[in-house]
Amino acid sequence: MNKISTKPVPALCGPGPHCSFNPHGGCAADPDRMSPCPPGSACLIMDSVSCAYGENRVVDDVFFAVRPGELLCLLGPSGCGKTTTLRMAAGLEKPVEGRILLNGQLVGGQGVHVPPENRNVGFLFQDYALFPHLNILDNVAFGILNKPKAERRDRAIEMLRQVGMDKFADGWPHQLSGGQMQRVALARALAPQPMLMLLDEPFSGLDKRLRDQIRDETLHVLKSSGVCVLMVTHDPEEAMFMADRIAIMRGGRIIQIGEPEELYRRPASSFVASFFGEVNRLSVRVMDGEALSPFGSFPAPGFKDDEVVDLVIRPEAVSLELDDDGIATVLVSHMLGRSNLIHMRIDSDHAPPLHLHARTTGSLPHIEGARISVTIDRSQVHVYAREDQVDPDPVPEDVPAPPANVGNFC
Amino acid sequence: MNGTAPLDTAVGPRNPPFFKMERKFGFGSGWVISTLLIAVLVGAPVAFILGHVFVSSGDIWGHLAQTVLPLYIVNSIFLMIGVGACVMVGGVGTAWLVTMCRFPGRNTLEWALLLPMAMPAYVVAYTYTGLLDFSGPVQTLLRDVFGWSSSRDYWFPEIRSLGGAIAVMSLVLYPYVYLLARSAFMEQSVCVLEASRTLGRGPWSGFFKVALPLARPSIAAGTALALMETLNDFGTVHYFAVDTFTTGIYRTWLGLGEPAVASQLGAVLLLFVLALVIIERISRGVARFHHTTSRYRHLPGYQLSGWRCLTAQLFSFSGLFFGFVLPAMILAWWSLRYSVLNFDFLPIVRNSFLLALVAALAAVSVGVVMAYAQRLSPSPITRSAVRLASLGYAIPGSVIAVGTMAPLAMIDNIVATFVSEHFGVNVGLLLTGSIAALVYAYLVRFLAVSFNGIEASLGKVTHSMEAASRTLGQGAFGTLRRVHIPLIRGSLLTAGLLVFVDVMKELPATLIMRPFNFDTLAVRTFSLASDERLMEAAAPALVIVLVGLLPVILLSYAVAKSRPGGKS
Repeated sequence: MNKISTKPVPALCGPGPHCSFNPHGGCAADPDRMSPCPPGSACLIMDSVSCAYGENRVVDDVFFAVRPGELLCLLGPSGCGKTTTLRMAAGLEKPVEGRILLNGQLVGGQGVHVPPENRNVGFLFQDYALFPHLNILDNVAFGILNKPKAERRDRAIEMLRQVGMDKFADGWPHQLSGGQMQRVALARALAPQPMLMLLDEPFSGLDKRLRDQIRDETLHVLKSSGVCVLMVTHDPEEAMFMADRIAIMRGGRIIQIGEPEELYRRPASSFVASFFGEVNRLSVRVMDGEALSPFGSFPAPGFKDDEVVDLVIRPEAVSLELDDDGIATVLVSHMLGRSNLIHMRIDSDHAPPLHLHARTTGSLPHIEGARISVTIDRSQVHVYAREDQVDPDPVPEDVPAPPANVGNFC
Repeated sequence: MNGTAPLDTAVGPRNPPFFKMERKFGFGSGWVISTLLIAVLVGAPVAFILGHVFVSSGDIWGHLAQTVLPLYIVNSIFLMIGVGACVMVGGVGTAWLVTMCRFPGRNTLEWALLLPMAMPAYVVAYTYTGLLDFSGPVQTLLRDVFGWSSSRDYWFPEIRSLGGAIAVMSLVLYPYVYLLARSAFMEQSVCVLEASRTLGRGPWSGFFKVALPLARPSIAAGTALALMETLNDFGTVHYFAVDTFTTGIYRTWLGLGEPAVASQLGAVLLLFVLALVIIERISRGVARFHHTTSRYRHLPGYQLSGWRCLTAQLFSFSGLFFGFVLPAMILAWWSLRYSVLNFDFLPIVRNSFLLALVAALAAVSVGVVMAYAQRLSPSPITRSAVRLASLGYAIPGSVIAVGTMAPLAMIDNIVATFVSEHFGVNVGLLLTGSIAALVYAYLVRFLAVSFNGIEASLGKVTHSMEAASRTLGQGAFGTLRRVHIPLIRGSLLTAGLLVFVDVMKELPATLIMRPFNFDTLAVRTFSLASDERLMEAAAPALVIVLVGLLPVILLSYAVAKSRPGGKS
């Protein structure tokens, strides 16, 4: 249940000449792998990395690894340090502590800084950053170096074909729509055959309908190229759509890392739970190792008697039944397309009334004002230490551009 | 997309995946070190001047202090007060009329009011002297009409006086205040003015109680710039025989042959400049707090009619007429009538263009290095180096001339002695005998002009553009060459043009530092005028003015386009 930054043993890569850092086995990127990584694959390891602007520690002791061929998503509200983490991986920022390993080689930290141009990473920017003075073809060919001109051109055309933009090769960036710019930017980033792709909120500039389509296409292009990908987003739905694994960040730290389902089913904190959708959060008291609620008691190991804890219940874990002796009264019920949202009030003699949301499917009878009984799916109830935070905004406003300081450029 | 990637395009790592480690002093530090070097080079003349404060110069300084120094100080102060007051009234008045009022001719005036900037003050001084002195057409006409025969019969204001210098400089310097005040008025949220109207204030009261206080930082900055130019001026005060520091430095340097004393005079002059720089910096610092809203509305556009309209037109057009139209016409007339392009005119034009071109190229290249270094590593060290290097615009050309000439002459002598002793070859004066020293002085003085423009346009290139280029394998230099330079090409041209024109106009430093027998348009204008051959001076002066019009036209175009409160 609790996977908060359980660090893999800092043995960094399997034995063999492919990884200069660890002669004695174990892969930090994938603890289960004892054999050498497959040839042609690459991985990124952020080993206890921190970054600070002056006194302000924006990234604090972050540890994670992107396995070969994997798409890892950094998910968090704006200002949680995820973009800075991404920029450190690219070499656009310098870590103040920790080290960064790319394909088993130290590229940042411990006094080493490989500049971005020598890291062989692809970066897809939020604003696409296409060069306005170059046409589409030259934009894509920009990063293909040390090749004869004809070869560069062929490679660029091929990349454009992969993203379906080859017929725009002679066009100019300002003639493209947002989705087209995104595809060109993707082609440009992939053209030099990077080991690692870094995606910084790549879909936030697109409108909803286009976003779904471009996201799908991007996922296919990335997966078919086999590159390992680190992506940043603030949209949990997008993260679950794209990612093999998700790392949730908050306040510069990684709160939990795991596969999407694991994060959804077994969130490590009420912050993580509420990030993946609306939750009912009740403050309840603990007695004899159990959190007491109007729907019964739930195991709360490790909490003292009389301690107030957060009881987190997903709305879809609440099922209802019309029952004149039920404990709840329906206040409002709304149909929201695929599901219904029902607001109810639970009165109790010795506490203020509780407000609870339930999400149901199927047809919605008009039951406002009715008494109902409530059953809870116990597997979707979590008990956490009380957090004084408000619910994080699951889709915050557009993430601001990275800090103007690109100080550590060289 | 296609789920099956063709093998040859499958994206895998480039081999071998070994990274070039960053060298201890990589590109980035190279840029920073260059910037520090530039700052040292640009700061050297000032340091040299200030260093001379403590050098004893014997009796001469005491002699100067007893005789001419008080005069220099008094004249400079009166000049500053007079020019300051005139440019403030003229610049703010025209800016307000043009921005907030509607009257016939306003649209033309909006850009045409900048035209006097193309006129070097000394050229205007020569034309008005030719027009207004005893033998000029005005007094001749008066004598003919009224039958006067000599200057004892009537009174006429003497143009070659302190008052004349104030008038001439105000006429060409008010655009500095106009430009800054105008943009301040346009940036002011009209809502503030409307609020003052609803609170019962009329247009006049709104101007004095709201608009003027809000624009005060810009007005102060514009006035400070105009006063820096006033202190820099040499041609006008020399011609009008108003003794100020610049003429004093020129005289002690070339007349008395006392570089140390000239440096000390320069140091005193720097005190005045320092005060202005501080005023300008403070007012700019304050200006930052005044942007309360970015919303623009239609400017109120008080419709003027009747005598108000006539007054506004007269007031605004008089600056344009006396600052540009009349002198330009006189110059054109003289050029056509008296100074036929003689045979030695072309080499002078070539000299001027060559100097200006070399200086512009140098200033732009150095400016790019500085602006890019600051962008790459915006550390306090780089920032203060850049600050230092861009202070030159405030330092009068004569001070820079003295500050560069003396140390360079020293180096020249050492080198020449060394070479002739060891190799038996007489190389002469390598730096001071060529235009190298002059270009260096121009660089010191005009670097800020190019740097400010480059920095501003470089700031508009998004950082992700740069990051994209870096992650695509271009180093710092490759990124500059392949991304930034193509993107900011236009601004580089503009920056170069500004320096080009400033160098064309520059007089005091050129006069002191030019190699022997090396004449430029400005120097030729000056020397012909000094020999009272005003009519012949018109042709080179006209060329300077015509070239000087180029950036003014650019600026006017920008002004005409930037009209956030307007209809466009």
